[in-house]
Amino acid sequence: MKTHRLLITATLGAVFSLPGFADETPKPGGILTYVIAADAPPSFDGHREETYATVHAVSPFYSTLIRINPENPASTTDFVCDLCTEMPQPTDDGKTYTFKIRQGVTFQDGSPLTADDVAASWNEITFPSEGVLSARGSNYRDLIDKIEAPDANTVVFHLKFATTAFLPALADPYAYIYEKKIIDKDPHWYEKNVMGSGPFNFVNYDAGQSIKGVKNPNYYHKGLPYLDGFVGIFAPKEATRVAAIRSDQAAIDFRGLPPSARDELKKNLGDQISVQESDWNCGSNLFFNHKQKPFDDPRVRRALSLSIDRWGGAPALSKIAVVKAVGGIVFPGSPLAATKEELQQMAGFWPDIEKSRAEAKRLLHEAGADNLSFELLNRDVDQPYKYVGIWLVDQWSKIGVKVTQKVLPTGPWFAAMRSGDYSVVHYPLCYSIVNPVLDVQAFVPGSAQNFGYFDDQQETDMYNKLLHESDPQKQHAEMVDFEKYVMETQAHATQVVWWNRIIPYRSYVKGFKISPSHYINQDLATIWLDK
Amino acid sequence: MHRYIVSRILLTIPTLLGAAALVFVLMRLIPGDICLVRLGSGGTSFSTQALAACHAEIGIDKPWLLQFANFIWGLARGDFGVSMWSGKPVIQEIATRFPVSLEVAVIATLIAISIAIPLGTISALKQNSWIDLLVRTVSIAGIATPAFWLGILSILLVLDVSQAITGHPWMPSIDYVPLWKDPIRNLSIVMLPAITVGYRYAAVSMRMTRSAMLEVLREDYIRTARAKGLLEKIIINRHALKNALLPVVTVIGIEFAFLIGGLVVTEQVFNLNGIGRLMVLAVQNQDYTLTQALVMLVVTIAILTNLVVDLFYAWLDPRIRLS
Repeated sequence: MKTHRLLITATLGAVFSLPGFADETPKPGGILTYVIAADAPPSFDGHREETYATVHAVSPFYSTLIRINPENPASTTDFVCDLCTEMPQPTDDGKTYTFKIRQGVTFQDGSPLTADDVAASWNEITFPSEGVLSARGSNYRDLIDKIEAPDANTVVFHLKFATTAFLPALADPYAYIYEKKIIDKDPHWYEKNVMGSGPFNFVNYDAGQSIKGVKNPNYYHKGLPYLDGFVGIFAPKEATRVAAIRSDQAAIDFRGLPPSARDELKKNLGDQISVQESDWNCGSNLFFNHKQKPFDDPRVRRALSLSIDRWGGAPALSKIAVVKAVGGIVFPGSPLAATKEELQQMAGFWPDIEKSRAEAKRLLHEAGADNLSFELLNRDVDQPYKYVGIWLVDQWSKIGVKVTQKVLPTGPWFAAMRSGDYSVVHYPLCYSIVNPVLDVQAFVPGSAQNFGYFDDQQETDMYNKLLHESDPQKQHAEMVDFEKYVMETQAHATQVVWWNRIIPYRSYVKGFKISPSHYINQDLATIWLDK
Repeated sequence: MHRYIVSRILLTIPTLLGAAALVFVLMRLIPGDICLVRLGSGGTSFSTQALAACHAEIGIDKPWLLQFANFIWGLARGDFGVSMWSGKPVIQEIATRFPVSLEVAVIATLIAISIAIPLGTISALKQNSWIDLLVRTVSIAGIATPAFWLGILSILLVLDVSQAITGHPWMPSIDYVPLWKDPIRNLSIVMLPAITVGYRYAAVSMRMTRSAMLEVLREDYIRTARAKGLLEKIIINRHALKNALLPVVTVIGIEFAFLIGGLVVTEQVFNLNGIGRLMVLAVQNQDYTLTQALVMLVVTIAILTNLVVDLFYAWLDPRIRLS
């Protein structure tokens, strides 16, 4: 585990010129213009949307109950209050969390924000009204029994069982606090309107083009935000975003750019560009369709995982694609992730690739799949989908397996997975808050995201055990066992490589600290301009 | 004339109905599901209940026939419904983007006409001279160059040149402002894409002007005009060019109609929030209502442009009678 933490720290700090944070005094003022690497989101309602386009556009306008520490966003465990006054200790054997809510917080319309608003927002997320869509509602319903506001300053979450997954889940960056009287009147209001209590007040939205905000003079974190305002411009085309940063039409793209863009900007602008990099909480996974032969045979699935040279390939791939870290199905920076030593005990992660490939060939022969050929389903997105896909095709050729890549646009790609019309799919999964206990749900049979088409009671039992485990040491061991079971014993699915977040930005942008997710720490409150 | 126009307008009804049926069926034949794209395109988790709720909310859980009937009934009332993606009225979504595409299309057309007709005419008059060779090379290059490549190259060129001259790379703003709000900034934004598109457009029209002029210049009436001693200027402008413009007008009309909904790549490259980009987004997201409305819009514009071209024919060549 230490190795991984060191690796991440090194990645974060050492690779490029990082502006110092501690020795600089923030200067207030200025307008930050940034590009949002997407088309405009379907709606502004964080409770119903999944796309980061929503977060990058409207997070500066909203508050959340708790969040990842904005001064330490690289951490996977440092949660702090936003609207609460103190992080609570659970009571009732870990099943009850009582939050005290800040006094004097107001919404943009001047209404006071109370515990009722927090409870109403969380109730709408967890138990949405009839006809209201809550993208993550079912995740919360598995954990939360009841949310109540016994008085104007207190919100209480009653859980169904004690679990370490709860607090990280509560720090969900989409969990904006809305005004109760508005939700009660029209639960769809926030889809088309913006009105929060965050560091910025909403100014206007040019449909599909840009969104503008101005400093909230009544913001409750005193001294923040530093900026007078911001403009977020939707720019889905990478070349446009790079050109915009180069010409200073925009200062930063918070999602991330590939290595080639980083190098181009550094080459053209030198010290005017700073770069931060981090392991990214998005992983390139492979799912095998158990309903298609010979992928119903664990030996075949294991053989395909064994033939991938992750340790040798990841450093080379990182030069051209947004991938870097080798890890299991748990984000490498998490305390629950397998250490390098633990990982190297699992098939597919052995340090000796020749030994792995010899074993892969043996398994294929044993399974009667010597002349295996199949189609790898992939999504029509360059970074890193197609890069990883092409590399995988080459890796499998090393054990004599002939693979062609079938690249489909997002809609048909999903449809093929849902209908089971594929053999092996490259299916990257991105998460916001690092919350491995919930994140690995995607690998559990029955999960809406598991397109492996299999039942496995033993795996489900293993997962439920670690979901209920509260002892960190035991939970780590159980998670490693779970990973080994998923990726080696049954090889239902496997992790190929974790993504690498690269943010090249104008050096006058200060106070930005990279996190392992492009979803978190997006309220812009701590950002300032040194112009 | 009036009867002709009315009959042409009435003829648009079956055309629009055919287009409506075609786009309705085609969209639904494409594998995929807007809710899957919406809920899971970021790779994040969602539940099967969320998926079902999404289907119910946008009405794609209803039978096709009912969906089609609703679509046609909406069309008849001028109601295109709401976008399945954004939940906003389709009319509103289109109205925001239409002026952007229209402005680029109009400027590109003006650029194309002002380049194509003079150069095409000169090229024909100086057939096989070095001028003709140059014009033909420029026009063939324009036809052969993909718009996206030209767009990216032009941005890079502007960036590199401005950096070399001033030390600071410059490019037009990527945040569009309407003409009436800030004309100078607006023109600086739309000029580069309009030139990029206009070049290709001009290349096609230039070749058409040249070949039409060459054909007309060999006609008996031109020979007669020259024989009776008319000035060459009058022969070219009044007799040759006017007749040669018939096929050129057709090309300009077709290209203009195409530009309204077809600036897909150019709008992406220059980050213009126009109809082309909206069309791509609608198809990618499998937003049936929005795609259907956009196709109807493009079909209507194509029909109207053809009508205008036909009326223009009559003005250019009095032998043509519209009846």
